Amino acid sequence: MAYLTDRKRAAGMGSAKSGTDHHWKMMVTSVALVPLVIAFIFTFGAVLGQPYEAVVAYYQRPMPAIIAGLTIFVSFYHFRGGVQTMIEDYVKGFARKAAIIGMICLSYFAAAAGVFAVVRLAL
Amino acid sequence: MRNNGAKVPGQPARYDAKKGTEMADVNRGNRPLSPHVTIYRPQLTSVTSIFTRITGNALIVAALMIVWWFVAAATGPEAFATANGFVTSWFGDLVMFLSVWAVWYHMLFGIRHLIWDSGHMLDVPRSETFAQAAIIASVLLTIFTAIVV
Ligand code: HEM
Repeated sequence: MAYLTDRKRAAGMGSAKSGTDHHWKMMVTSVALVPLVIAFIFTFGAVLGQPYEAVVAYYQRPMPAIIAGLTIFVSFYHFRGGVQTMIEDYVKGFARKAAIIGMICLSYFAAAAGVFAVVRLAL
Repeated sequence: MRNNGAKVPGQPARYDAKKGTEMADVNRGNRPLSPHVTIYRPQLTSVTSIFTRITGNALIVAALMIVWWFVAAATGPEAFATANGFVTSWFGDLVMFLSVWAVWYHMLFGIRHLIWDSGHMLDVPRSETFAQAAIIASVLLTIFTAIVV
């Protein structure tokens, strides 16, 4: 013990984990999501309910496709961080770890599926 | 810095000594808990905070529906008909409408967090004014979106 510095003793314990990085990522994704979500609401909203051909033609245009792809990716990245905070507040022990891992997998799966679909529509 | 409740010259006393300023050291193990959420009178600050959490997490439903819709569109006409039929059904419409409100609300109150994190608006009166304005704005934006989209 005597050889450990105070910093070393604290690192990784309690709040001295990766919270700063987590918070920073939430802030960056939040800022990015403001223009993205606004643009997505009105582009996606414009084609939702239209026939298949119209939807495919719309997402072959670059801007709607870029907005959709980025909104899906950044949203799930942001959700992945946010849902972890909620799980940490309400779930304990093994269930906590399982829930966080499950949500991380779900987030990346949905992000990949969504971006793949948009790219496929666009190309 | 530990102050142990002693009055620092030149600084106003911030805590009432009778209410346990010194409890951090003297009353260890026998302190009153802060009022728990289940018995604490709901306030604009606490209610808007929990709704930020509820809306943010609930948005996963609409987000997954939207991803399904895109995957179906990229798969072909039949798959699209199924997904689009669900998303534009009365149930899908309801989820989408509520999610439009949820995302406007969450966005506005997320911006409030960003303002707080930058060290501004950190007092109750202005936070509550912002909250009132943002609640009204989220409803108006939802109506506007429903009309335009
Ligand atoms: C539209 C722009 C958005 C902004 C500005 C925004 C902002 C934020 C901020 C600042 C936080 C942290 C709140 C805190 O510190 O307590 C947060 C949390 C969260 N956000 Fe967002 N967000 C946005 C969109 C989204 C979307 C689209 C989703 C869902 C896919 C989402 C899901 C979440 C979740 C799950 C949390 C965690 C809430 C909790 O339980 O503590 N957000 N958001």
